[in-house]
This record gives sequence, C-alpha cells and structure tokens, in this order.
Amino acid sequence: MKQTKLELYVGAFVLIGIAAVIYLTVKLGSGSLIGGDTYVIEARFANAGGLNAGSSVLVAGVPVGRVEAIRVDNTDYSAMVTLRVLAGLKLPTDTMASIKTTGLIGDKYVALAPGADETYLETGARITMTESSVDLESLIGKMAFGSVDKAKDEKEPAP
Amino acid sequence: MGADTQNLLLHIEGLYKRFDENVVLAGASLDVPRGSLVTVLGRSGAGKSVLLKCLADVIRPDQGSISFDGHPLNMDDAAARAEFRRRCSFLFQSNALFDSLTALENVALPLEQTTDLTDKEIRERSLEALHQLELDVHQDRYPSQLSGGMQKRLALARAIVTRPELVLFDEPTAGLDPLRRNAVFAMIAKYQRQFGFTALVVTHDLTEALIASDRVALLDKGLMCFEGTPAEFSASNHPVVCNFSDSADTLGSTLAAIRRGEALHSEDS
Amino acid sequence: MLRTVGSHTLSIVHEFGDFALFTGHSFRSAIGSRRLWRRIVRAGFEQGVRCLPVILIVGLFTGLVLGLQGYYVLNRFGSESLLGTLVSLSLVRELGPVLAALMLVGQAGSALAAELGIQRNTEQIAALETMGVSSHAYLVTPRLLAALVVYPMQTALFITVGLWGGNLSGSLLLGLEPGVYWSSVERAIESQDVRECFTKAATFGLLTIALCAYHGFNAHRCRSATGARAVSASTTRAVVQSSIIVLAADYIITSFLV
Repeated sequence: MKQTKLELYVGAFVLIGIAAVIYLTVKLGSGSLIGGDTYVIEARFANAGGLNAGSSVLVAGVPVGRVEAIRVDNTDYSAMVTLRVLAGLKLPTDTMASIKTTGLIGDKYVALAPGADETYLETGARITMTESSVDLESLIGKMAFGSVDKAKDEKEPAP
Repeated sequence: MGADTQNLLLHIEGLYKRFDENVVLAGASLDVPRGSLVTVLGRSGAGKSVLLKCLADVIRPDQGSISFDGHPLNMDDAAARAEFRRRCSFLFQSNALFDSLTALENVALPLEQTTDLTDKEIRERSLEALHQLELDVHQDRYPSQLSGGMQKRLALARAIVTRPELVLFDEPTAGLDPLRRNAVFAMIAKYQRQFGFTALVVTHDLTEALIASDRVALLDKGLMCFEGTPAEFSASNHPVVCNFSDSADTLGSTLAAIRRGEALHSEDS
Repeated sequence: MLRTVGSHTLSIVHEFGDFALFTGHSFRSAIGSRRLWRRIVRAGFEQGVRCLPVILIVGLFTGLVLGLQGYYVLNRFGSESLLGTLVSLSLVRELGPVLAALMLVGQAGSALAAELGIQRNTEQIAALETMGVSSHAYLVTPRLLAALVVYPMQTALFITVGLWGGNLSGSLLLGLEPGVYWSSVERAIESQDVRECFTKAATFGLLTIALCAYHGFNAHRCRSATGARAVSASTTRAVVQSSIIVLAADYIITSFLV
C-alpha cells in the first residue's frame, strides 16, 4: 500500500481514537461538572459513613457538585466533608446539609436544603446545620429486634 | 610482499570455529586482493558457509583475525563493525529478499536505513541499480512474482546499491541447472568488473569457478589446502585438489562400474 | 524430580530475563533509527485500522450483553436506574482493557509473531543485520511504540461502543429511559477509573506486542520444531502467553491501583 494512503487511514484512526479517549476522560472521567467555575464549602457531620470523595451533591434533587474530600476533625472527631459546588449557585448561610441514600442500598449523596438567609456562604465557609447518614444496620437492627429494645425501655423506668 | 599486502582488501588468518564437538574451521586463512574475483571451493560441509558467515558477522569465530583494507577488524568495536558492514555486502544463498516489499523497496531499504540520502536521491539510486541489472520494468513487482534468475539479480542489485567494496556470495549457484549456473557466474564476473567491487564467492561448482575467477582456494576439513590461480589449480597435484577436480572422472568410473554390474546382472537373468 | 523442577524454574527465569533484555534492546534501538516514523505509521495501521472492525463488533456485543444481563439482575431489586453504573464500571475497570487487548493479540499479535517467524526462517532478519540495519529497530521498535498509543485508543473505542451497546439493550429493548442510563454512567465513572483503564491498556499493549515479537523473532530457537512448524509453534506460544499475561497483569495492576 502507498505510504500516503497508509498515512490517511492511520490519521483517520488516530482522530477517532483521540475522540474516544477525550470522551472517556473529559465527559465521563471528570464528572458532569465541566463548563463552570466552582467553589468549596465545608460541612461538619457527626457521621459520614458511606460517603466517598466523588459522591454527588444535590439541591432539590439536581446535581450541583461533588464531595471533594472527607477527613476527621482533630478537635472533636467529627467528619469534615469538603464540597465543591458550582459557582453560579449561591447558597444561604443557613443551608442545611444531610447525607442521604439513593434507594435502599444505593450510593450516598449530600443533599443541600437552602435556607432563607440574606447572606450567602463564601468559599471555605462551613455549614453547621447537618444531618448525618442514617446507619442502615442500626435501623434494621431496631426494626428487627425492636421488641427487645422496647422491653428494655419499658423495664428501665420502672424502678 | 609489502606491495602485495597493500593490495589486499581482505586478509583472513587462522580462523577457528567450533560448534560443540564439531570443529568446522580449523585455522583457515585466505587473502583476497582488491578488485579480484576469488572463489572458495569445497565440498558441502567443508566449512565454506561458516567462513562467509564469520565475515558477514552473523557467526562469531572462536579464534583468528580478519583484517579489512589493512586494518584488523575488531568484532567488539561497534563502530568498526558498522564501518565494515557499510563497505561490505552479503548475498544470501536464499537471496533473503523482503517478500512483503516490492523490488524497488527492496533495493531502497539499505539506503533508507543506513544513509542520510534524501528520498529523491534514494529513488534515483535504486532505479539506477535496477536499471543496471535490467530489472527496471519489474520495479513494482514483489519478489515472489519474479523468476529465480531475476530474484538473484534483484538480490545483487540490493547488495551493490550501497556501492560496497566487497561483496560476499554464498553459494550463488546452488540448486541451479548448468545453464543458469553459467549465467550467474557470468553475471557476477560482468558486474564485478562493471562496478569494480571485490567479490568473494563460495561455491562447489568447480567448472564455472575455474573459468570465471581470478583466484581459487580450496577448503577442506576446516583448512585452506590450496590457494592460487585457476591455472595453478588445474596443474596442482595436491591430493585433495585432485580428488575434488577429478570427482567427475570418479563419477564416470563409478557409473561405469555400476553399468557393468547391471550388465552382468541382466546377463545373469 | 527436584532437578527437573530446578531446571524448569531456571529456564523460565532465563527466558523471562531474555525477554526483558529483548524489550529493553528494542527501545534502545529507537535511537538513531532512520525513518522510524514511517514504520510506526505502518504498525499503527496493522494494530489500529485493521483491528478496528473486530474491536467495534466485540465492544458492541459486550455492551449489549452487559445491558441485558444487568437489567434482569437489577430489575429484581427495582434498581434498573443503576444499569449505567454497572455497564460503565465493568467496561472501564476490567472488560474494556482486557477484552480489547485479547482481541488485539488475536489479530495483530498473532500476525506479528507469524510474520517475524517467517522473516527469521527466510533469513530476512539475518539479511538486515548484514546490511548494518538493526533488526530490532527495524522490525520491533515501531510496533512497540505504536502499541503504546494504539492500545489505549482501541480500548477507548471499545468502551465507547460498549456503553452505547448497553444503552441500546437497556433503553431500546427493555424500556429504560436513555437519560437515566447516561446520567448513571456519568455519575459512576471517576477520573481515577479512566486513568487506571488507560494504564492497563498501555501496559497490555507493551507486554503483548513485545511477547509476540519476541517469540516470532526467536522462532529459530524453538526447540520442539523447525521450519514452518517452528513458526506455527512460536505463534501459538506467543498468543497463549500473551493472553495469560494480559489477565495476570490485569490482576496485578488492579490490586496495586485500587
């Protein structure tokens, strides 16, 4: 085969190959947060079990950001969760953050419920009103062994 | 002797090569004067191919020295080897043409890979080599589409396109009929004079070699037992030489004996 | 008995070392090789354009099957919306790089081993050396360099087509909303997954093409056969060992990166 024809074919292959690579890395790999500036806020949770870096952040069920990092606060051993949120979305200072689950056994995500305050959260600001993840095991435990707990509860106040 | 050494392109001294217990070269020596056509004769298995492959650097000799153009060739020196390879070409018994490249691409390959010539210069020189070997109409054919003789010429075109000073031929006439053998030797002699390279041919075809060569050497049991001109060879009474050159007579007498035996046999029945 | 084990171990270690030297030598030979780019383009054609149909077909069917099987499993838990997650994670993390590499071994790797084996048999490789051309640089280096680029691209194409196939069976055949599918795909894949996927693809490319070239190049050293049989034996060994090394390397990379 002639070199020019060969180069043409290989060139075409490389083009669609690069397109596929870009599709994977940019469209899928970096999440759905392209085309927009973001800012960082923090939220303190008593329990961030099941939440991962990369989990979604939703406002009214709409994805607006991702969890960037999770660490333990050295002072009070609570979970400090860093959230990266789209810059276009201004959140009032009394926004409430809660960790929820999609479906019964689905992924955990952070749901933000904006309040009614006139001032807005700045970059690096901290959300204090939080609701920790529901510990599914203890919940199931309560339901399954509810009678045992109830019996205990009833006995305790007796004396 | 001094002038003689000056004129030697290749000088081999005491080449020794052993494969396991089998000694193939037992200290062979050979002188190849510049611009000559030297033939190394010998029976199959006498070590001819190994001698050539030592020269082409495919096999490394255990002992012995090779000097090229007055300088000893150090096989451990990569630069010296590269220099030797640039000035020397090797023609394989099997031609070893690249079967997925066209005739033109085959000839162009050594230039493309070892020289800094431009594409245009390479094309010109390759076409010139093909033209000189009367292959220009076949430049876009693949080796498998060429006849045996054309393949041989194509291999020669590829060997000379780099303008080497020394061309090594490994059994160029093996398996060819007498007419083609003549043609191949005629081709080697013709182009050797036309291009002025020095040719070292390894063969067991005595008749053609004696007619075409300037010098003849006979290799037997890993040693060079005769070196000289074809006339000296014919006149020599060295036992191995006689044995080799009289092989046709021996065949005649053997055959005669067989025929007599057959005749006797048929008479019996 | 003990000696047999010992000698076998030694020969395996020896061959492994030989293979490593072969690969290293092939990369070193790239320096000073003339017109390398043209041979890389040809190798890109062999590994890229020629193998594209099989990559696309296998990718599509892999996606279709994943979509179908995944849908029925997830349907039991009422979480069909996770179909995209299932298909995309399986494809990106494991199936994409592994299956694409296996397909490329079957098509490009076997062809390479056979081609080099025949070139060795007909003294074409020896001829290159006598011309002063490095046979490594001429025959092996361009293929290795091309594999480093082509394998990740083929893998990306495989995954893209596979995701589309998953959507096809999920939404068109089984009635899942395409939007649900694609959004769960986008949510599932992290940049870490994609990086791992391409690391795997490039590693598989390097290993399999080097292994196929190694066996073809050394067809004359085949102990069990000579001539055409040696070529076929080398090609078989190249394909078998490449397939094994893909899965073994996959396990090692996965356990190190996750």
